[in-house]
Amino acid sequence: MNEMKLISKRFGKINPLSIDEYIKFDGYKNLKKALSMEKIEIIDEVQKSYLRGRGGAGFPTSIKMMGLAKESNKEKFIICNADEGEPGNFKDRYLMENDPHQIIEGMIIVAFATGGTKGIIYVRGEYQKSISLLKWSIDEARKFGYLGKNILGSKFSFDIEVRSGAGSYVCGEEFALIESLEGKPGRTRVKPPFPTQSGINNKPTLINNVETFSTIPTIIEIGGANFSKIGTPSSTGTKLISLSGNVKHKGVFEIPFGVSIRDVIYELGGGIENDRKIKLVQLGGACGPIIPEYMLDMIIDFDRFEEFESKTGAGAIIVIDERFDIFTILLKVVRFFQHESCGKCTPCREGHIQLGNLIEKFIERKAMMQDIVSLESLARVIHQASLCGLGQTSPTAIISSLRYFRDDYIDRIEHPKRG
Amino acid sequence: MILKEILQKYPKKDDQLIEILLDYQSAKSNHYISKEEIIEIADYLGIPESKVCSVLSFYTFFSVKPRGKHIIQVCKDVPCYVSSNIDILKIIETELGILVNETTPNQQFTLEFTSCLGCCDVGPVMRINDKIYTHLTADKIKAILSEYRVNM
Ligand SMILES: Cc1cc2nc3c(=O)[nH]c(=O)nc-3n(C[C@H](O)[C@H](O)[C@H](O)COP(=O)(O)O)c2cc1C
Ligand code: SF4
Ligand code: FES
Repeated sequence: MNEMKLISKRFGKINPLSIDEYIKFDGYKNLKKALSMEKIEIIDEVQKSYLRGRGGAGFPTSIKMMGLAKESNKEKFIICNADEGEPGNFKDRYLMENDPHQIIEGMIIVAFATGGTKGIIYVRGEYQKSISLLKWSIDEARKFGYLGKNILGSKFSFDIEVRSGAGSYVCGEEFALIESLEGKPGRTRVKPPFPTQSGINNKPTLINNVETFSTIPTIIEIGGANFSKIGTPSSTGTKLISLSGNVKHKGVFEIPFGVSIRDVIYELGGGIENDRKIKLVQLGGACGPIIPEYMLDMIIDFDRFEEFESKTGAGAIIVIDERFDIFTILLKVVRFFQHESCGKCTPCREGHIQLGNLIEKFIERKAMMQDIVSLESLARVIHQASLCGLGQTSPTAIISSLRYFRDDYIDRIEHPKRG
Repeated sequence: MILKEILQKYPKKDDQLIEILLDYQSAKSNHYISKEEIIEIADYLGIPESKVCSVLSFYTFFSVKPRGKHIIQVCKDVPCYVSSNIDILKIIETELGILVNETTPNQQFTLEFTSCLGCCDVGPVMRINDKIYTHLTADKIKAILSEYRVNM
């Protein structure tokens, strides 16, 4: 199996600092094409492509675009979510560091189609290289007339600003991100209204992931119908996969949806270091399910992933070999969420501390049958009673481990520490 | 750089708060925001001090206590953990003679944990100030630290 490079096609082929090289490699030609189309036609193409958001939740992009387009407000925001902070995810960094103009071009096309007036790229503060590259590229695009007033001689004006995060994972959640952009702590708001109705400064706001925007120029180029033929019926196009852990070749790989996890690990990743056995694989990042080796033939597909009730769609695959203890891994996952919880709702704020305490009992071999029950019900409560996606998805690792690695739990109970 | 010069670069709008704090804190050699500075920033933006404080306490980048000139952050998340055969934190702690969340007596280094830095493919990693160091080994860590010591 090989990669299918649609949106990573320029990776390593052009100097990301050079707008000339981007232009020579088909850059900004899709913007020109889009500017010659009717706005509704562009949204139509996106609809025909069945593009679903690449930030995790897999929401159809055209519905958001339509939502923003029908708002009559004079000022509308287009926000690119580059807060990438979920452990195991780094594909947005690759997009920013290797092909910044592709993101910018995608944002301009979306703005044109929806009446967006102002663009913001919210980049996590740790990505200093991405931040300076994007700022540089935006200046270049402005010099070439792709940004600013009357873009390429049209009546359409749009500009983009880069803003930095300050070390908070939850700010990747859309309303937390909006709060952060308004200069506040990143604590989410209750929905509805949705951002497309009332977002930053209560103005209509469309938020999409870096990879989602990066895909837009390709859809304009090949057409929505052709794009929809790639991948699977429920998940069209290609996906960037962040592959990490104990594989031989780590990195970002672009594959059509429908490829199996096993193929990604063994054919693109070259298999496991020192040919060890796999203990577990975590999908999507810290908020995703943990699966055993025998499930690796599962395909990468939004609907398949939805069975785990989590947002696994961001495309991380973390491979962990047999040397590692599942409970140590689970504890790290839980501690991550404990640290990153914004503290707004009790199940999430308090629940992760309790989950951590329970997992520690298994690590110390002091757990009893009752602790499995407590763990399961607490994880369910956090999943169901939390206000935002952080608490709603954080227990996925625990819940899936209870399903697929129950023997490990039982083993710890049956072999307690003596004394 | 003094706070006034930094403030002047920004419009008096409350959505500028985080940018101002980031800018000023990185310009200061001890990387923190003091009580007096909180008041000055709040006055400039015309917002209550409590609002500045709530932002400072929410975001992990900010500190209200003095820190070292160089801030070392070690990634503690799963992909780095499984990619590493060594205990990065222990090595740095031993090298510097401090524990995590402490500052060396000469105010040169503060050691902290960080969540995933988005460099899991080149882990284990750490960050010193704005720079990320990848594929860490015991020898590499020692070499990196001595570079910072020379430039003290
Ligand atoms: C805790 C949390 C963190 C998130 N972090 C990100 C992120 O870093 N990047 C991202 O694009 N989406 C993130 N999301 C999803 C966003 O809320 C939102 O769904 C997404 O940006 C929409 O873009 P898309 O439709 O293009 O995927 C996060 C969600 C939650 C609940
Ligand atoms: S689920 Fe967690 S992160 Fe989300 S609002 Fe509640 S406390 Fe905050
Ligand atoms: S886990 Fe360390 S950089 Fe991602």
